[in-house]
Amino acid sequence: MIHTKDLTKKFDDFLAVDMLNFTVNPGQVLVMLGPNGAGKTTTVRMLTSILKPTKGSATIAGYDVVEQADKVRKAVGVLTEHHGLYARMTMTEYLDFFGGLYLLSKDETRRRVEPLIVRFNLTDAKKKRLGEFSKGMRQKLALVRALIHDPPVLLLDEPTSAMDPESARMVRDSIAGLRSSDRTIVLCTHNLTEAEQLADIVAIIHQGKIILAGSVPEIKSKVLGEPEYIAYFSESIGGWHSDHVANAHMTGRGDDWMKFRISDPEIANTRLMKEMIQAGLPIVSFQAVPRSLEDAYLRAVRNEDLEGVTQ
Amino acid sequence: MKITIQKIRTALIITRRETRDQLRDWRIIFPVVTLTVFFPFLMNFTAGRILAFTEQYGATIVGERLVPFLLMIVGFFPISFSLVIALESFVGEKERGSIEPLLHAPLDDWQLYLGKLLAAILAPLSSSFLGMAVYLIGLVLSGVPLPETSMMFLIITLTVVQAIVMVSGAVVVSSQATSVRAANLLSSFIIIPIALLVQGESILMFWGSHDTLWWAVFGLLILAIILIRLGVTHFQREELLGREIDVLNIKWILKTYWLKFTGGAGSVVEWYGKVIPRALRAIHVPLLITLMIAGVGILVGMQEINNFYIPLDESNIDNLSENMDALMAMIPIGSVAPVLMILWQNVRVLLLSMVLGVFTFGVLGVVPLFASTAVVGYLYMLLAVHGLSVTSFLAMIVPHSIIEIPGAMIAVAGIIRGGAELITPNTAKTVGQSLIETVADWMKLFIGVVVPMLLLAAMIEAWFTPRIASLFIR
Repeated sequence: MIHTKDLTKKFDDFLAVDMLNFTVNPGQVLVMLGPNGAGKTTTVRMLTSILKPTKGSATIAGYDVVEQADKVRKAVGVLTEHHGLYARMTMTEYLDFFGGLYLLSKDETRRRVEPLIVRFNLTDAKKKRLGEFSKGMRQKLALVRALIHDPPVLLLDEPTSAMDPESARMVRDSIAGLRSSDRTIVLCTHNLTEAEQLADIVAIIHQGKIILAGSVPEIKSKVLGEPEYIAYFSESIGGWHSDHVANAHMTGRGDDWMKFRISDPEIANTRLMKEMIQAGLPIVSFQAVPRSLEDAYLRAVRNEDLEGVTQ
Repeated sequence: MKITIQKIRTALIITRRETRDQLRDWRIIFPVVTLTVFFPFLMNFTAGRILAFTEQYGATIVGERLVPFLLMIVGFFPISFSLVIALESFVGEKERGSIEPLLHAPLDDWQLYLGKLLAAILAPLSSSFLGMAVYLIGLVLSGVPLPETSMMFLIITLTVVQAIVMVSGAVVVSSQATSVRAANLLSSFIIIPIALLVQGESILMFWGSHDTLWWAVFGLLILAIILIRLGVTHFQREELLGREIDVLNIKWILKTYWLKFTGGAGSVVEWYGKVIPRALRAIHVPLLITLMIAGVGILVGMQEINNFYIPLDESNIDNLSENMDALMAMIPIGSVAPVLMILWQNVRVLLLSMVLGVFTFGVLGVVPLFASTAVVGYLYMLLAVHGLSVTSFLAMIVPHSIIEIPGAMIAVAGIIRGGAELITPNTAKTVGQSLIETVADWMKLFIGVVVPMLLLAAMIEAWFTPRIASLFIR
């Protein structure tokens, strides 16, 4: 479990993280979204006891990040943004080295990493020098390293940033596979599809502050408003309109289409469809207007910027 | 900071990895092989040629002294590249992006530091030993007599201690620098003193002053301990990742300095009422140490009359009273120039003490006071030997010294405290911040207490001491 209270970090006069408050329970995945320089990496570094908060507090797996830094480090697996590996080492040597730092014997380390190596398709690269690894392979190896001590908390900073689509999907699937009832995962990413697929909670960070947090549907609803539905017809519907269905408001229309904003789709959609059928309208389709997390994110950040300018 | 065998073992995992990494780098292997195999042979050849040459002219002592000197050089050359490894130990990894996973590992700061320190020293020192062994074997094979065992032991010890000093200094630089470039630029602070030291050692070696060389070993050992302690106490994971660019932040420097200097006081009255008394209370232990150093200085000076006796012209002693009269005529009460001259002389000496103290963690800051008190002791003995009474001598010294010496002692005590502060565990501050605050702390005492005391003492010395002294001399 991760819990932060008014977590703040200031570098001289620059406020990098401003009063972050959030809780991530075991079994949950928190995705932190935000533009470059928003404070995501600084937050991760505070959560791993590398940076000391200027104000506020945070606990990881029940340990205070300032007072119990050693316990925090044992409880956390971190995939850093810059995963710089030791170019002259082989993969086996590298993992043995980190296993040693986590007080694991070589046998224990190898027993633990073997399934991960297989899962990430790295079996053939065991004896290769890390300097010869592709970016994607390096990223996968860094992820194996982060998991070496089977940590209850995983902090992943841009886990798929350098990967080709196939490898990225493999890693995404693996992260999804790492979910368990007793593991907490925090993921920083710019990849909104990834966020949408993996997040239980999304926190949008901008200029060090959480400007929006919630599940993906909640975020969409908060930023983009109630869901919209569009009906297409096979011919012109003339001037037909519906004012009778509660919670369904027409937001646009064309010769052969109509768009509605509906706050209560379970009830309102049935009624609206029924009314259209009774009116003899030639319905071809009736579907939700696709709304991406990207739209919500961009609008949230833009609104925040505009507010900042206005203030 | 709890040190256990298990923790030391974990630190050694870092040492092992880094050492293995170095041995896979041809840029390190090439100088190691060259300096351990080819260079000692060259030195063997040189030693043989010079011995043969000097024997022709009966100057065998030159050749005899050259053999251990070359052993020192053969040992020193390989450790010179330990600096390159040590300088990039932290900051190099930071630049390559590999430091962060290491910082996330469950290691104490001292484990990280120790692991890297040992890694930086192991390969160069092994290479140094190997080079010396090759050189000594070469001497045996070519029939050149080996230096005495005690001499060889001295040189090996000196080499080890020198290596530790260089590496520990360079690791401090590496852990505090923002880039490898910055670390390389700062390395001159290590290279220049070490180069001067090696030159001094060379002179001592040819001079045959082995005792002094053992003192050098002792001094270097103390310095190595201080540097390691300084590195460990100021090592911060946060700073290693937090600082990215090398910008001279004058605003921050001035702010840090001013905050420490004023101690939060809003007015001069508050500064003198609260901050200065607090600063004085903080130096009571260093003040006792300073008092002891001054006492020892006087005694050493008095003893030195036996080694360096300077015969004085008796007429000078006899005419002391007339000389005093001339002095009084030359410096009337109220004349400003002599006062300022005396004041400037004292201020200059104490500023020099402070500079020496800052760069040696307080150790050399006591030298000017020690030297001054030794001169007082020596002068007293010299004049006493020439028949001057104790009261006459005291009359020439006490009126102004009663203020001047305590003033100087406060300044020196401040320097000792500053040195201790620098090496006291404080992970909340960087070395830079500690340095600025140490200087500010010292300046607080210097400007607030010492300079006024020195000014008063200078006025007494210029205007009243000659008049009081003349009463006793007559």
